[in-house]
Amino acid sequence: MEILLALLVGVLYTTGIYMVLRRSILKFIIGIIFIGNATNLIVFLASGIVAGEPAFVDGSVQNASQMADPLPQAFVLTSVVISFGLVVFALALKLKFFEITGTDDLDQLKKTDN
Amino acid sequence: MQYILLVYLVFALGIFVIPRWLKKHVGIVLAVVQALFFVYFFSRISDATNGSGLLTVIEWLPQIGLNLEFSLNGLSLVFALLITGIGTLVFLYASAYMKSYEGTDKFYFYLFLFGGAMLGLVLSANLIQLFVFWELTSFLSFLLIAFFHKKELARKAAFQSLFVTAFGGLLLLTGVLLIGSVVGSYSVGDWLQHAQSIKNSKLYVPGLLLILAGAFTKSAQFPFHFWLPGAMQAPTPVSAYLHSATMVKAGVFLLALLSPVLGGTDEWTYIITLVGVTTMFLGAYFSITQTDLKAILAYTTISSLGMLVLLIGIDTTLSIKAAILFLFVHAFYKAALFMVAGFIDKKTGTRELSKLGGLYKHMPITFVISVLALLSMAGLPPTLGFLGKELIYEAKMQSPGISSLVLILGVGGNILMVAVSMYFMVKVFLGKEGDYPKKSNEKGFLYLLGPGVLTLLSLLLGLSPAVLGDALVEPAISTIRKEMIDIDLQLWHGFNDVFLLSLLTVMVGMAIFIIVYKRKQFLVKWRSINSYIFSIKFADIFSKSLEGFLNFSERNTKRLQHGYHRYYILTVVLFASVLLWFQVYVTRNWVFDIQFSLTPLYISGLVAIVACSALYAAIAKSRLATIISMGVTGYGISLIYLYYSAVDLAITQILVETLIVVMFVLVLQRMPHFSTLSSKLTRVRDLIIAAFFGSVMTVLAIKALHVELSEPISNLMLENSFVKAHGKNVVNVILVDFRALDTLGEVTVLVIAAMGVFILLKTKKA
Repeated sequence: MEILLALLVGVLYTTGIYMVLRRSILKFIIGIIFIGNATNLIVFLASGIVAGEPAFVDGSVQNASQMADPLPQAFVLTSVVISFGLVVFALALKLKFFEITGTDDLDQLKKTDN
Repeated sequence: MQYILLVYLVFALGIFVIPRWLKKHVGIVLAVVQALFFVYFFSRISDATNGSGLLTVIEWLPQIGLNLEFSLNGLSLVFALLITGIGTLVFLYASAYMKSYEGTDKFYFYLFLFGGAMLGLVLSANLIQLFVFWELTSFLSFLLIAFFHKKELARKAAFQSLFVTAFGGLLLLTGVLLIGSVVGSYSVGDWLQHAQSIKNSKLYVPGLLLILAGAFTKSAQFPFHFWLPGAMQAPTPVSAYLHSATMVKAGVFLLALLSPVLGGTDEWTYIITLVGVTTMFLGAYFSITQTDLKAILAYTTISSLGMLVLLIGIDTTLSIKAAILFLFVHAFYKAALFMVAGFIDKKTGTRELSKLGGLYKHMPITFVISVLALLSMAGLPPTLGFLGKELIYEAKMQSPGISSLVLILGVGGNILMVAVSMYFMVKVFLGKEGDYPKKSNEKGFLYLLGPGVLTLLSLLLGLSPAVLGDALVEPAISTIRKEMIDIDLQLWHGFNDVFLLSLLTVMVGMAIFIIVYKRKQFLVKWRSINSYIFSIKFADIFSKSLEGFLNFSERNTKRLQHGYHRYYILTVVLFASVLLWFQVYVTRNWVFDIQFSLTPLYISGLVAIVACSALYAAIAKSRLATIISMGVTGYGISLIYLYYSAVDLAITQILVETLIVVMFVLVLQRMPHFSTLSSKLTRVRDLIIAAFFGSVMTVLAIKALHVELSEPISNLMLENSFVKAHGKNVVNVILVDFRALDTLGEVTVLVIAAMGVFILLKTKKA
């Protein structure tokens, strides 16, 4: 299954990069979401995946080695939230940009000022 | 000693806050401060010249050899006295000279700090510290030369001098670091102790060359001399200070300081001697065909600096003695002459030789002063200059190796100096009345105080040189030569070879002067020959090559910074994937021990759905379809998280995905439809690049599974989660407890993003 997931990571990266290279800003933002998801998956995958053993503990920990590693999960959680913030901000920026310039084309953003 | 420098800083900053009535006299106040320091240094003569002098060490980062070290010994005392003494006179002069200009606050600020920086330089006994002061003087002289910044010429000259001297400063730093790495310290004292091992080291020659480059740029040695004549764009008090006691003397100081460490080798002697003698001759040669008073003086300064460098290069006790004495000689007459030139400029409104003449009638005192100063410059008795020149001839005759060349060029230089001095005197003061833009007079006591004092000193010390010799020259030589030396300075040396050379110098000099003066055509022709020979102007080459370099950079920058966002990303992605593939190739021998399996099948199906919807998002023409398939991808991933024991992750992902889809749908109605902007070929190219990157990431993801580092720290967290943090869900405990600061940062980021969104959406259309 890991190999399949690794292939999924590749597909997500391919899609993400392809969309980021588009001239449309909306597609660019969606591309960022895909790259974010792919990166999260790669971190999640790298720690080793375990089915059905969430990191819940009580007083005594017997099966620590069989449990899913909680630390990458915590990291990915943080990253998910932050990419959410990033995407929302980019979306708002994009909206304002469209309002002012009336274009969705990144090539129009060549110069810093008019 | 460090307090002296602090006082400089405080007074310099104080200029901006003093009351208005005092502001008129700020030049005089600062002159008094300088005078007090002069007296202080004067009173420390006996302390400083006793043995190795005074040393203060303030430890800063002793582990890496960075300390503040101030030392007052025979050598630095000579310079300190010149800096403060001439500084006093320059400030008095400036208080008269600068009256009519705007922005004098800034002027005094720069000039006073400049004096302080120079003082710091000569008191430094740590070479890193010396470098800091060194660059500080470069920087402040830049500001001073550009004081009349509305003139393009001044800005250009200032930039040129900064570029040359600061660049030289960096070379010096490199050299210091090289030699410092041999010794393991930057303290001059340590260098002295390891002088022999430095000279035996492989790094000696490169280090020496770099340090010499620093000294030569600062002291305007050929071929770096061109910045100094440009620097005459500065107000005249600055020129007087810069040429006599500060800035250009820093290089000479450095050579004198390091001569016991680096000196005594063939490289040292030959390089310095050759550069010095070339500079000396060329400076004098250039000066005679100048037409601006300050330009004449600037070129004679170059010549004199060449002389000083040459003397240090000859590296005998006699030559060092001549150098120290000549330091005084030159400082005295050059400061005096610059002040006189500025005075003449003020009173007549011109500095052009062709317009001047017959000034002795209008300015008799100036005339007398100038004659004495020029006598000193020409090296004629009874001034100190004569003494200096005699010693120099004596030293040159002893010059090892290339003494004949040194002697010929040296005497040639002196002959030209005599001619220049005579020409200056006769042309400006005697001869027929010039046509001045202004009616001239001699009012202004402060203008003449400085030159008067200096020429008087030059005369008195010329008559009784032993005072200077015992008190200052002797300890300075002892500092440089590292042995006690008893010297004897006399005006009359007896009838010997040196005297004959002097006589020859004067006669030929006079002859040249008479030819030049009597036959106007001669000088004109000489000028044209000179401009023909020297059609290569160093300053022009400098600015041309700089311009070329800037154009080159601009072209390349434009090529690299084209402004197309997607090409930047493309470049980054392409390079990243090439490097990653290379890394994969390098480590291609890893063992692959994971079985390919599709169980459980429903997860495999899920993965297939996620992949397909992702691909569909990329090609869909409709916006809504794109956003929906993006949402499907996100939810699918959250299900994968859920299956593989990441419950909290799955919850968060679902929440975030929902919010994103909602936001996109909200925004959608205010967005344009997708339009196909790029051509088919571009899309294929982008797809290939994207796939290239995606595939290497797949390989990396598989490789990452095989990386087993040491025991994961999450074991610790699993153990302590319940015991110490009283939480059963370890992921939660990590977020709010073990790594709570991370979460705080995350929340902050979200808040900032939210504020940004709010502001973006609330502001009205501009």
